[in-house]
Amino acid sequence: MKAGILVFPGSNCDKDLDLVLREVYNFETELLWHTKSFNVNHDIYFLPGGFSYGDYLRSGAMASRSLSVNSLKEAEKKDKKIVGICNGFQILTEARFLPGALIRNKNLKHIARWEALVPMGLFKDKIPEDYSLPVSHSEGNYLADVDLLKELKDNNQIIFKYKNNPNGSKDDIAGIISKNQNVIGLMPHPERAVFSAKDTPLPAASGNSFFDAIFQGL
Amino acid sequence: MHYEGIVTVRFKKSVLEPQGQAVMLSLKETGHEDVDLIRVGKHIEVTLQAESEDMARQKLEKIAEELLYNPVMEVCEIQITGKA
Repeated sequence: MKAGILVFPGSNCDKDLDLVLREVYNFETELLWHTKSFNVNHDIYFLPGGFSYGDYLRSGAMASRSLSVNSLKEAEKKDKKIVGICNGFQILTEARFLPGALIRNKNLKHIARWEALVPMGLFKDKIPEDYSLPVSHSEGNYLADVDLLKELKDNNQIIFKYKNNPNGSKDDIAGIISKNQNVIGLMPHPERAVFSAKDTPLPAASGNSFFDAIFQGL
Repeated sequence: MHYEGIVTVRFKKSVLEPQGQAVMLSLKETGHEDVDLIRVGKHIEVTLQAESEDMARQKLEKIAEELLYNPVMEVCEIQITGKA
């Protein structure tokens, strides 16, 4: 299996993802720099957490207009799996791969801690109910109007909810999936809970169940 | 010709804008209880080249739509303010 990891100026979870994909899942990986187009010859694409272009204007806004994201549109047309984590999720909404938008946390603070999550939709039966992942973000407040929220619910597009909403997200939403079930965006960081989880009192290696679930059927 | 313009970006009325809320609370706490609402937006100044004022406005509208605002959560107003 071959994974493409899009890297932007300011990305800081690209290496974590790379390590998880290579060491734990035996993927061949390629880091794809934002100034270059790429050939769509990977099985899955990841947009990592961190920052992009300083996140001036709006988080993910400028990254969503980059050459690499332009190539990602080709990947989307070919029904490739695309996963955006944190800043990657913000880029995917800005590029309209996913609906809605992510704005400043309701309390205006950067939140970096473990959050209890409710797996839903695609992940409902694939991830343990008692589930937590680390979050680390300032703009994770998911915005959806009444119509979008209804659509997300009707199509089973909500994949994670926070048990204790930390950021003001509409309906406690922490992650969503596209209608065709190919594009995933989530604020929590599963890649940070693969190697480090053994040092925490929380369930070990919780990030693995996320990756196990998305790699099924690849 | 070089034209100067201003793009004003505001959150939609339906969005509870956290920065404005924080600024409002801070004002209320410092004695300005009469403040009802604060909403923080963006004021973007642009200088660009165009053959006429109309062309400058069209170009600025295009730029705004492509990058400067996100219609999912924001609204935007465009003004050409003069020649640079």
